[in-house]
Amino acid sequence: MELFDLALIWAFIIGFGIIMYVLMDGFDLGVGLLFPFAPSEDDRDTMMNSVAPVWDGNETWLVLGGAGLLAAFPMVYTIVLPALYIGVFLLLAGLIFRGVAFEFRFKARTSRYLWNWSFAGGSTIAAFAQGAVVGAYIQGFNTVDGVYVGGALDWLTPFTILTGLGMLAGYALLGSTWLIMKTEGHLQAWAYRITTPLLIAVLVVFGIISVWTPFVDDTVRERWFSNLSVIWILPAVTLLCAFQIWRSVRNRFEGMPFVATMGLFITTYLGLVVSKWPYVVPPNYTLWDAASAYESQLFLLLGLLFVIPIVLVYTAWTYWVFRGKVRAGEGYH
Amino acid sequence: MELDPLILSRIQFAFVVSFHAIFPVFTIGLASYIAVLEGLAFKTRNPVWTKLSGFWTKVFAVVFGMGVVSGIVMSFQFGTNWSAFSQASANFLGPILSYEVITAFFLEAAFLGVLLFGRDKVPAGVHLFAAIMVATGTFISSFWILAANSWMQTPAGFELRDGIFHVVSWSDAIFNPSFPFRFMHMALASFLTGGFVVAGVSAWYLLRGREVEANRKALSMCLWLLLIIAPAQLVVGDFHGLNTMEHQPVKVAAMEGNWETSRNVPLLLFAIPDQENQTNHFEIGIPSLASLILTHEWDGEVPGLNEVAVEEQPPVAIVFWSFRVMVGLGMLMILFAITGLVLRSGGRLYKARWYLQGLRFMSIAPFFAVLTGWFVTEVGRAPWLVYGLMTQAESVTPSLTGGMALFTLIGYILVYAAVFSAGVYYLMRVLYVGLEDADDEEHASDRPARPLSAAHVPFEIESGQSGVHQAKPMNDGGH
Repeated sequence: MELFDLALIWAFIIGFGIIMYVLMDGFDLGVGLLFPFAPSEDDRDTMMNSVAPVWDGNETWLVLGGAGLLAAFPMVYTIVLPALYIGVFLLLAGLIFRGVAFEFRFKARTSRYLWNWSFAGGSTIAAFAQGAVVGAYIQGFNTVDGVYVGGALDWLTPFTILTGLGMLAGYALLGSTWLIMKTEGHLQAWAYRITTPLLIAVLVVFGIISVWTPFVDDTVRERWFSNLSVIWILPAVTLLCAFQIWRSVRNRFEGMPFVATMGLFITTYLGLVVSKWPYVVPPNYTLWDAASAYESQLFLLLGLLFVIPIVLVYTAWTYWVFRGKVRAGEGYH
Repeated sequence: MELDPLILSRIQFAFVVSFHAIFPVFTIGLASYIAVLEGLAFKTRNPVWTKLSGFWTKVFAVVFGMGVVSGIVMSFQFGTNWSAFSQASANFLGPILSYEVITAFFLEAAFLGVLLFGRDKVPAGVHLFAAIMVATGTFISSFWILAANSWMQTPAGFELRDGIFHVVSWSDAIFNPSFPFRFMHMALASFLTGGFVVAGVSAWYLLRGREVEANRKALSMCLWLLLIIAPAQLVVGDFHGLNTMEHQPVKVAAMEGNWETSRNVPLLLFAIPDQENQTNHFEIGIPSLASLILTHEWDGEVPGLNEVAVEEQPPVAIVFWSFRVMVGLGMLMILFAITGLVLRSGGRLYKARWYLQGLRFMSIAPFFAVLTGWFVTEVGRAPWLVYGLMTQAESVTPSLTGGMALFTLIGYILVYAAVFSAGVYYLMRVLYVGLEDADDEEHASDRPARPLSAAHVPFEIESGQSGVHQAKPMNDGGH
């Protein structure tokens, strides 16, 4: 007897995991994107130090998401991964290169520039690939009987390239506002300087994507325009967040720009969710179509309910330990 | 020539999983060793144990880090290249693999940080507890992975409805018929790997006269361990083989190079299997010995490859030779363990330079034994992915083209070549710097940072440093 709609619970868990990942790995990927443009090598040290203690915890959400999808929504796993075959490889390669750069850059001396490139290049590729994934999800997947039947590069279209660029801009904004919060002096001043242009870039790209989306997906068009509903609250709040970022940068607030950027991401994400709900493999399959067997979802849920709180507490504790400013030379090693 | 996505996917999976496997098989054994060292340090308060533990924990950190990085790739392979298999088996494999991830995270979140960075910050008992939990956690991780793999070898506890596996009994599915044997075999393999690496590195330090007291202790305890584990592995391997003969007779036939079911089957020491003509060339064997080993009777009947159609046979030569390499290395390990005992009883253990040199080279033997062992069991399952139920050809991603598979295969090879050669190079640096570096760890950072940062060894060899630790070589050898 199925007491609960486990598929719904799982959709919530995975949805939560995705936004946790986007926010948390987003800012450290963003720091990687900004890395080559930093004023000096010492600033690069500080930038890396500001994310070094937390980035791998951030990426655990990605692995958990991958395994969780296989367990709870195998159809998503087995359609989306083949459809994004090349993109997944680029994403993983990018994450590997930036991951090892964290470890070896601090230990390297003469070979440091190689790890700089590894960090910046890996971050850029990973961020772009993630944006393209979002675009591919909006586009939908070419399936027959629950199997992907499209080509290798169906995911790479002008639309997904734009969403990829959107993600680059968005993560860079998360990165710059993170640096405002975590650094001081001339590095912070630099972060303040680049935040407003980045915000404008984000607004422009997100704006184009928003206008374009209803033409890519009929369901979204219908939902947006058939009943002028609560959905429109979300873009309104998004703009409010954008205004807040601009205002707090102008007033030289330190924490608010980052918080408002997270708000901007969350409302955009919610906008995406309510636009596509309940389709997890658009245009054909809902989360209930994609769900695994009830007993399998239940079996894993028991363990997850035990572990997720621990991971959350540990995460919170890590951020607490590393609260405050990161100073130059006060290295992580 | 048409590129075959199936072949390329198999090569890719073999490549990424082999690369991945060598890290955890080492860390599982090493974690237990560290827990033992911590226990000894706690009990005896002898700083030598603390020094050894500190050093091997650094090595553990680097290897663990590489295992995590290569593991991320693994969790996506099932979807990108084997989506039909993933779709069919997700009800079982999804939760099982997720539990492995959860175990690993829980371990990392709760105890790894304490083990790596907490020595001076938590009470000694807590540090010991963390070491024990990390060791236990690595075993729990391997428990889930081996449950998943064993289920693919000897599926149980399921119902097949519309081409999808549904679990009807979790305990039957997890504790499927081949699981206990595979788990034991792999656990001992991890101990052998950890043991021979520590023994080999300690022997190398002794040859150079470095940190003699600590490294003698390390070598001595490893050799005691190996003296028990190496022969035990032979026994467990035998049981595992018998279990395989019961459930996967064709795999055993391939391991023995036995083409026809028959009695008094010889144990082949050498042969060149010829799949096309279904025979062997240049056979050298010991009469009836295979029968004796497999059935424990001289004239016992051993299954042959002719039990199944030619297209259902695995690639015999790979299985046959992998098996021989594995067993040969296993025998060599036993020989080294016993030689150690003989030398020890003659009081010559630390003086026999040839033996210490030999141990140096033996430190890589377990890795080859583990890989060839996995080749036997994985290639020997071909053409099946889920034995008897789903073939590899049915499992591969339908939309995958040869070009796509070739692109990522080359890509992974390039990425791994760059990243892991840096990783292995760095590991060599840590080993080179050795125990003497143990004092300057723990500077600054009260941060629960990541595994690799537990090692502070610089990446490059710095000028003037290269000769620092080359203390005078041991000069009492041979006396």
